[in-house]
Amino acid sequence: MSTAVSTTANGRVDLALIAEMIEPGSRVLDVGCGDGDLLALLAATKNVDGRGVELSQEGVNACVARGLSVIQGDADTDLRDYPANAFDYVILSQTIQATRNPREVLEQMKRIGKRAIISFPNFGNWKVRSQLFFTGRMPETRALGYSWYNTPNIHLCTLRDFVYLCDELGLTIDDAVNVTGNRAWKVGRPGHLINLIADEAVFLLSDKRR
Amino acid sequence: MNETEKRQPAKGPAKEEEATAPLDGLQRHIMPFGPEAPLRLDSGESLSPFTIAYETYGALNADRSNAVLVCHALTGDQFVAGPNPVTGKPGWWPNMVGPGRPIDTNRFFVICQNVIGGCMGTTGPMEINPATGDPYGKDFPVITIGDMVRAQAMLIDRLGIDQLFCVIGGSMGGMQTLQWASAYPGRVFSAIPIATAARHSAQNIAFHEVGRQAIIADREWRNGNYIAEGTSPAKGLAVARMAAHITYLSEAALHRKFGRNLQDRERVSYGFEADFQIESYLRHQGSTFVERFDANSYLFITRAMDYFDLAADYDGVLANAFRDTKTRFCVMSFTSDWLFPTSDNRQIVHALNAAAANVSFVEIDTDKGHDAFLLDEPEMISTLRGFIDSAAQKRGLGK
Repeated sequence: MSTAVSTTANGRVDLALIAEMIEPGSRVLDVGCGDGDLLALLAATKNVDGRGVELSQEGVNACVARGLSVIQGDADTDLRDYPANAFDYVILSQTIQATRNPREVLEQMKRIGKRAIISFPNFGNWKVRSQLFFTGRMPETRALGYSWYNTPNIHLCTLRDFVYLCDELGLTIDDAVNVTGNRAWKVGRPGHLINLIADEAVFLLSDKRR
Repeated sequence: MNETEKRQPAKGPAKEEEATAPLDGLQRHIMPFGPEAPLRLDSGESLSPFTIAYETYGALNADRSNAVLVCHALTGDQFVAGPNPVTGKPGWWPNMVGPGRPIDTNRFFVICQNVIGGCMGTTGPMEINPATGDPYGKDFPVITIGDMVRAQAMLIDRLGIDQLFCVIGGSMGGMQTLQWASAYPGRVFSAIPIATAARHSAQNIAFHEVGRQAIIADREWRNGNYIAEGTSPAKGLAVARMAAHITYLSEAALHRKFGRNLQDRERVSYGFEADFQIESYLRHQGSTFVERFDANSYLFITRAMDYFDLAADYDGVLANAFRDTKTRFCVMSFTSDWLFPTSDNRQIVHALNAAAANVSFVEIDTDKGHDAFLLDEPEMISTLRGFIDSAAQKRGLGK
């Protein structure tokens, strides 16, 4: 069953979906928190004890000025500074494709959080595939609005790529929400069809051994 | 402006509490602590009697919940926002403290104390040792950052303040801020350590040692008894200041401000005059510094910084210094600061994270080196304004 997607002020569709996955009162780390929109949403609606990591000085300043606890840092290098199981949720929204070492980032998230929430654009979407197939050029879509030469998205993947990496890392997919256009619905473990139609997806992961 | 461009030494400190109000809400005070209130020192000795010279700005609210303690750096003083009593120059942090500034004196009760060992009215090596009738000189007890903070807490007790809304400081002031948050966690609602470290690095100890040896090598130091003997180790203290001053700047800023420009001449002199502008500048910094600072104070306060290693009291685990802390922290560093580099500040952040503390961290992009924290850095000002405002709301001190 699909529901209409609500978008936040900046046009992001995944933030409301992420917020729905989070238990009230949790300890949350938002990695790549930008201006702090998600942390502010979670503080207001879920009463979370939130922390953020953000690379840009402008982003950090904006967060601190909003009263959010945010550290200037890099997902690739600074997650290892956190102790194990420090958070109930570690969130990486629309950021994993911009990290240098996504696998290492995921492993760190698994270590410091009881659960991980990750959203990213699906490179397996049929529009992406057909743009590459028919035009022979690198795709540009709503979720991927950059030219090949200036994109920060250096590690794009498809939903199936991501599912395989979760298997390799011993991460259980507790929940996955597919976003297609302005509709969103839970898909369990995304298969070939979802991989073809999803614009983006949000995954809720936990450590298999726990 | 930088740490150097400051003032003449205060005239002989008054011994009883006094208060004058040359501008709105500014009060200058001397608080005596008699034999009934000795200062216990980390060395095992105690200091008694002693006095603390401090300034306050603004008014303490009925809840006594709006007090901000500003901790000064190595060669700073209590004149954080009010004009210097002798020169009339503005205080050393005019961009941060004052009406409408991030530490808004219309809103907060701001306290700034001259540290123990200082030379601006608080008891230090210039003061008369009651046991001998002469100035303490080098017989002043060796003090630590912990001792400075313990003395500050005694003053805060006297003022009837249970919890400080905020403790803030840069450099050595940041060390005091960390010490406050660690030693008195329940008394610090928010803490802002800037351009600092949880322990003094080997390189920084080395620079301090150069400065101290320059003072000690000056014949006029007279084994620390220069006041009694009527001399002044001005040359040694000036060299100490010149060496230290270089560490407060950055190569990029020096190049930008001075380059290889010559001072009042067309060509080099083939001698050892101040041919270059940078030489002239450093000599000026050295000579103005000695007019306002005591050489023995410089020895003792640099030593206090050298001894600072917050984790040492916690089995070497810095996170344990902040265990269960409820304090809200904002740590700040500057990209071109090589005296207290970002890595030192990140160690603090790392430990606070490990202690699950509420911490923000910003690295400000600037070429102004360590001294940046004293300057008009718009990103620093706006970030700290945001942090302080949001902490004030959490504390029930809404606008």
